[in-house]
Amino acid sequence: MTTDISPAAPSAAPPPESEAEDGKQQTLLQEILSGSWLVSLLAIVLALLLGGVLIAVSNAEVVAAAENFFAAPGEFFSTLFSTIGNAYSALFRGAVFDWDARTAERAIRPLTESMVSGTPLILTGLGIALAFRCGLFNIGGQGQVILGATIAGFLGYALPLPPVVHMLVAVLGGIIGGAIWAGIAGVLKARTGANEVIVTIMLNSIAGYALGYLLKQNWFTHTTSANPQSRVIDDSSQMFLLLPAPFRLHFGFIIAILATIFVWWLLDRSTIGFEFKAVGANPHAARTAGISVSKVTIIVMIVAGALAGLGGAAQVLGTEYKLTGGISGSIGFDAITVALLGRSKPLGTFLAGLLFGAFKAGGYLMQSQTGTPIDIVLVVQSVIVLLIAAPPLVRSIFRLPTPVLKRKED
Amino acid sequence: MTKVFGSFVANDHIDLTIEPGEIHALLGENGAGKSTMMNVLYGLYDADGGDILIDDEPVKFSGPGDAVAAGIGMVHQHFMLVPVFTVAESVALGYEPTKSLGLLDIAEARKKVTEISSRFNFNIDPDALIEDLPVGAQQRVEIIKALSRDAEILILDEPTAVLTPQETDELISIMRQLKEQGTSIVFITHKLREVRAIADSITVIRRGKIVGEASPDSTETELASQMVGRAVSLTTEKDDADPGDATFQVRNLTVVDKAENVVVDDVSFDVRRGEILAVAGVQGNGQTELAETIIGLTEPRLGTITLDGKSLGGASVKDRLGAGIGFVPEDRSTDGIIAEFAIRDNMILDVYDREPYAKGLNLRSKTITAEAKKKVEEFDIRLGSVVDPISTLSGGNQQKVVLSRELGRELRLFIASQPTRGLDVGSIEFVHKRVIAERDSGTPCIIVSTELDEVYGLADRIAVMYSGRIVGVVGADTSREALGLMMAGVPADEALAATTGTSDGSDHAQAATDEAGTAATAAGTADDDSATTSAEETK
Repeated sequence: MTTDISPAAPSAAPPPESEAEDGKQQTLLQEILSGSWLVSLLAIVLALLLGGVLIAVSNAEVVAAAENFFAAPGEFFSTLFSTIGNAYSALFRGAVFDWDARTAERAIRPLTESMVSGTPLILTGLGIALAFRCGLFNIGGQGQVILGATIAGFLGYALPLPPVVHMLVAVLGGIIGGAIWAGIAGVLKARTGANEVIVTIMLNSIAGYALGYLLKQNWFTHTTSANPQSRVIDDSSQMFLLLPAPFRLHFGFIIAILATIFVWWLLDRSTIGFEFKAVGANPHAARTAGISVSKVTIIVMIVAGALAGLGGAAQVLGTEYKLTGGISGSIGFDAITVALLGRSKPLGTFLAGLLFGAFKAGGYLMQSQTGTPIDIVLVVQSVIVLLIAAPPLVRSIFRLPTPVLKRKED
Repeated sequence: MTKVFGSFVANDHIDLTIEPGEIHALLGENGAGKSTMMNVLYGLYDADGGDILIDDEPVKFSGPGDAVAAGIGMVHQHFMLVPVFTVAESVALGYEPTKSLGLLDIAEARKKVTEISSRFNFNIDPDALIEDLPVGAQQRVEIIKALSRDAEILILDEPTAVLTPQETDELISIMRQLKEQGTSIVFITHKLREVRAIADSITVIRRGKIVGEASPDSTETELASQMVGRAVSLTTEKDDADPGDATFQVRNLTVVDKAENVVVDDVSFDVRRGEILAVAGVQGNGQTELAETIIGLTEPRLGTITLDGKSLGGASVKDRLGAGIGFVPEDRSTDGIIAEFAIRDNMILDVYDREPYAKGLNLRSKTITAEAKKKVEEFDIRLGSVVDPISTLSGGNQQKVVLSRELGRELRLFIASQPTRGLDVGSIEFVHKRVIAERDSGTPCIIVSTELDEVYGLADRIAVMYSGRIVGVVGADTSREALGLMMAGVPADEALAATTGTSDGSDHAQAATDEAGTAATAAGTADDDSATTSAEETK
């Protein structure tokens, strides 16, 4: 099949109606084939295949069978496929549905665990994605998550407030913390032209070490223990559970859904988002159209930081219940991956966040049941991003047509 | 030495012969195809047909490296230098003299710079950093670079575009010296005075075709008419203007660029309701900055802009758009549209937050689409769907989108910079009609254009700009020759005096030529004066 990838003919006369219809269908087909979501999907498949190879190589039985390959090739293949199959089925059982479980509760628990792990990733990922769409590389998710978690956590045990209100106040504190942290980068970028990548990376370090310092201060941790961690937050400030006890799924997941809808509205349906995207796509044209580029830069960073701060708040109020030095884990960096995999679209980011949550949840079971190192999951995640970052690579592997080139005005 | 060369997309069967040791000027308007042609010569582009012959030998360049090896050097309009390199390093860049072990022999490069520099009195320190050098000196570094590779043919692409008058004079004397040493020079320009000052032979290019040879003895008037061309004169039908009050006034406007150069110099003018004022002039004489200052993209250093009796001083771009200014920017693809955005979104780029497109913070998608479809009809924009990205449209249709946006609301002032640049004839006509319709509805219009055809097609009055000043505001019936002279800086009355009579007959022609010569000299003197004055003003 030859696909016309040439740019649209300049100043073509309007084609007759029927031809225009054909053209439309052609474009639709093209969009589906070259659609970025397909690339994302294929990237995941490729990464899992590669992960399979690594699982095989790291497995002693497979290696032993390989040594006897010529003596018993059949055994090699059966060992190979059963090893990879076991590992991935454990991953699936740990992440979505455990058909080996004794009770129905346990069987569906993995899915809720994936949601729990995915919640902070979705929220932070939305913050990163929003900034991407507006032309800003917010690498500071980590710092913003830490700030959000620190303030939300502190308010969670330091304030005596009634239930729900306490939680909402703590969440608000987390939002403000993340917003301020990212806002610093936004203001510096808008006022002095400082590169937001460098500023946000540095702010990550500052936030990390600042939390480390605070956790050694008794006035902050509300404990007398020498361990660098805080008191457990009050019950009143915990994000309430959505399902009864053995499940850990909490209100944060609802927040993540609401945040996804909010970001979608903001980007696709609001005048603010129109400004955001205009500045992101072409700051010159935006300026000429009367949009204040520096104002938009600051607001974008504040909103992005607020979302990341929310992610941090959800982590401490919904899952961890206390502040530790490792409260943010690698959420801030995984969120960049999530945003990339989700093509910086709200729904895409939501789904990518869930997927990464599932990897995280399933990875534990995979390790404990099959002895496959959890690092494989990290490799798979990294390979996904690698492939996403180079869509032509995926396209050439699967022989997909190149997307219609955008005609550049000379 | 012969070069034959033809049938490049932007160059239609162009033949050009350059003799050894001559300065050959290539004269043409913007976009006539001069630079394209030189880039082919320098091996940056591939020719689609035709040959390049050096000393009757056909040569094939697959890259600039081949061209350099064949003895062709090029100084680009925008210099290709690395700011943090020293002069010697810059000169070495690309051929890198090496010692044993592959070490860079910077001493060798330094020696070369010193040698060439002293041969031509360039006065360049090989250890100076490029970023510390003034523009003129950077250009000399480019020339040294070309000469250090034994260039026999030197191509200078619009070399004076970035130079001050003094630096231009220095460059001209350098070019004379080079010529004496046997180097051939191809001098690309659209500035008539320089061509007459230095060229041995002149080739005029218009729209990718050679329209004729000219001798340096030709007057600027003759050259101007040859360059601009009378053949394709777009006759736009329009009634006489019925001007009303001067609702838009600019007084003593002075704009300074980042490097503290005065780019708009004490400009004052009025535009009345229902008239089109065309701002004519060679590119880079302050017109762009003038338009950007009116819309608020640039803050003026001095002066006031008044619309409907209200001063616009300190108002943001948004305020000014809100006050009813419609603005068509010069660089459509950079400033006018967002390529990735849908056509309908581009149609609301500066009105997205107004009724009826938005309600509160919500965009009203249906209204936006409906309005976009209406405009597509009205402006005859050829497209597949209004939700396609605007990058799928041709330049002409993109410009129609911009116009539909800017003219699609009640205006108190309309400014368009180069509204038809890069458009085909049909689109040009359409754009002109819409602008005239806007004028007839009583809006004061300012059209900035370097195309004389356009100026004549639209203008009720013409303001000519030269080095940041308005040389004069004249009627639309002024002759092309007079306008050409004014665009070279000759004051209005002298230009008019110099050109009356040329059309009467050949008897007067000679006299007029002489006068034009005198006028040009006078203009030169006047330039120096104004340069000094503006320099003092800056202090």
